[in-house]
Amino acid sequence: MSTQQAEPESQEAPDDPAMNGAESPAADEQTGGGMVDDHAEKRAELEGETVHIKVFRYDPEVEGKQEPRFDDFHVPFEKGMTVLDAVMYARDEYDSSLTFRHSCRQAVCGSDAFFVNGKQRLGCKTQISDLEQPVRIEPLPHQEVVKDLVVDMDHFYDQMHTVEPYFQDEDTPATEDLEEQRQTPENREKIKMSSRCIWCGACMSSCNIAAGDNEYLGPAAINKAYKFAMDDREDEQIKEHRLRILEQEHGVWRCQTQFSCTEVCPKDIPLTEHIQELKREAVKKNLKFW
Amino acid sequence: MSQSYNRGLVEDFGRWKEFSAGMWAWIFHKFTGWVLIGYLFTHIAVLSTSIDGAQGKTTMVGGEELNVYTATLQGLEGLFLIRLLEVGLLAVAVFHILNGLRLLMVDLGVGLEAQDKSFYASLILTGAITVASVPTFLTGVTI
Ligand code: HEM
Ligand code: SF4
Ligand code: FES
Repeated sequence: MSTQQAEPESQEAPDDPAMNGAESPAADEQTGGGMVDDHAEKRAELEGETVHIKVFRYDPEVEGKQEPRFDDFHVPFEKGMTVLDAVMYARDEYDSSLTFRHSCRQAVCGSDAFFVNGKQRLGCKTQISDLEQPVRIEPLPHQEVVKDLVVDMDHFYDQMHTVEPYFQDEDTPATEDLEEQRQTPENREKIKMSSRCIWCGACMSSCNIAAGDNEYLGPAAINKAYKFAMDDREDEQIKEHRLRILEQEHGVWRCQTQFSCTEVCPKDIPLTEHIQELKREAVKKNLKFW
Repeated sequence: MSQSYNRGLVEDFGRWKEFSAGMWAWIFHKFTGWVLIGYLFTHIAVLSTSIDGAQGKTTMVGGEELNVYTATLQGLEGLFLIRLLEVGLLAVAVFHILNGLRLLMVDLGVGLEAQDKSFYASLILTGAITVASVPTFLTGVTI
C-alpha cells in the first residue's frame, strides 16, 4: 500500500476567483488587530503550497491494516481549508478507503471530533493554517477505534442518557390544560452556554478521570444535567432527583478540575464551571442547619 | 473501555508536552501534597530525638560531648544536601499552598476563566520565594 502520495499538478492551490466574492478576503484582512493579521500571514505563507497530513489508519477487518499506522498525504492548500477539508480531499483524490464521520461541516452535528496534533478538535472548525505541519490526525483517544478515524461512541451516548436529558414534570396536566411553558430571559441566559453541546465527545476523550473510570458520567453528561437542573421550569423535586444522580460515586465528585474538557470544547462551554456549580448545589442540598 | 489494540502511553502521559495549564497544576498539586506527607515522617523521626535529648542523653561528636538532639540537628544542618533539600521543601510547600488557594477559588467558582493565569502566578511566586530563600538556607554551610 503506498503511503506517500504524489500531488497532482493540476490540483495546485487555487487562485480561485470564485472564492473571492464569497469570502471578501480584502475586508477580512483589514478588520482586526493582531489575530487577524497573524492568520493572514500564515495563510499567505501557505498559498500555493501543499499541506502535509499524517492520518491514522487501522481496520481490523482488512489484512494489512490490522497493524495501526500513519499514512502521509500531501493536500493542495486552499484558503479557509479545515482539517476536515484536508481529509476529505485525501479520501476523494488519493484513497477512497480512508474513513471518518462528518456531516454538517459547520460545527453543528458533532460527528467529526478528531485528535489533531495532540488535541481533541472538530475537524470542520479547525483551520489547517493554524496548525504545525505535519498535521497528525488521529481518532479520539480512550474510545475503541472501529476503523481509521471512526471511534465507537456508544459509551459516550450511554453516559449522556444516564442523566435523563429531557424535560420532566411531576405530573403532566390533562391535554386540554397543556400550555406553553415560558422561561425568563435571565434563566435562559443562565443555561445558554450549557445548551450548546453538540455531543461530539471531545471533552470526554480529553478527560484523564473519564479515561481511568469507565463509570464516570463525564463532562458532557454533567453539562447536560446542568442544563435541566438549572432550568427554573422544572419542579424542585425533579431538580433534587437530578442532583441525586449527579452526586453519586461516579458523578460530579470525580472531577478534579483539570480543565482539560473546558480547553477542548469546540462550543466553548465552561464545563468545569458547570461541574463545580453542581458540586456546590449538591452540597447545599445536603446541608441541614438544625 | 476495551481497546482493540494498545495505543499505550501515547494516549495519556506520553502526551505530556501537550498538557495544558490545568493539567500541570493537577499533577504538581498531587506531587507536592505527597512530598509534604513524606516529609512529615522524616520530620517526626528527627524531632523524636528530642525525647532522648530531654532525658539528658549525650553523644560524642568530634571529641565533644553534645546533647543527642542538638547533635542530630547540627549534624543534619551541617550537610549541604540537607540544606538543598530544605530549599526544595520550601518550594514544594509554597507551591502547594498557593495552588491550594487557587483550587479553593476554583471550588467556590471564583475566577475560573483565569485559572491558567492563577496557575502561572503560583509558579512564578513559588520561584521568586524559593530564590529569595536561598541565602537564608545556604549560609554557613561548607560543602
Ligand atoms: C496552607 C496549606 C495547604 C493548603 C491551602 C492546601 C490545599 C489543598 C487542597 C485544596 C487540596 C485538594 C486538591 C484537589 O482539589 O484535588 C489539597 C490536597 C492535598 N494536600 Fe494540601 N494544602 C495545604 C497543606 C498541606 C500539607 C501541609 C500537606 C501534607 C502534610 C498536604 C498534603 C496534601 C495531600 C496529600 C493532598 C492530596 C493530593 C491528592 O489528591 O492525591 N497539604 N491540598
Ligand atoms: S460539551 Fe463540548 S466537547 Fe463535550 S460533547 Fe458537548 S460540544 Fe463536545
Ligand atoms: S461535520 Fe458536523 S460538526 Fe464537523
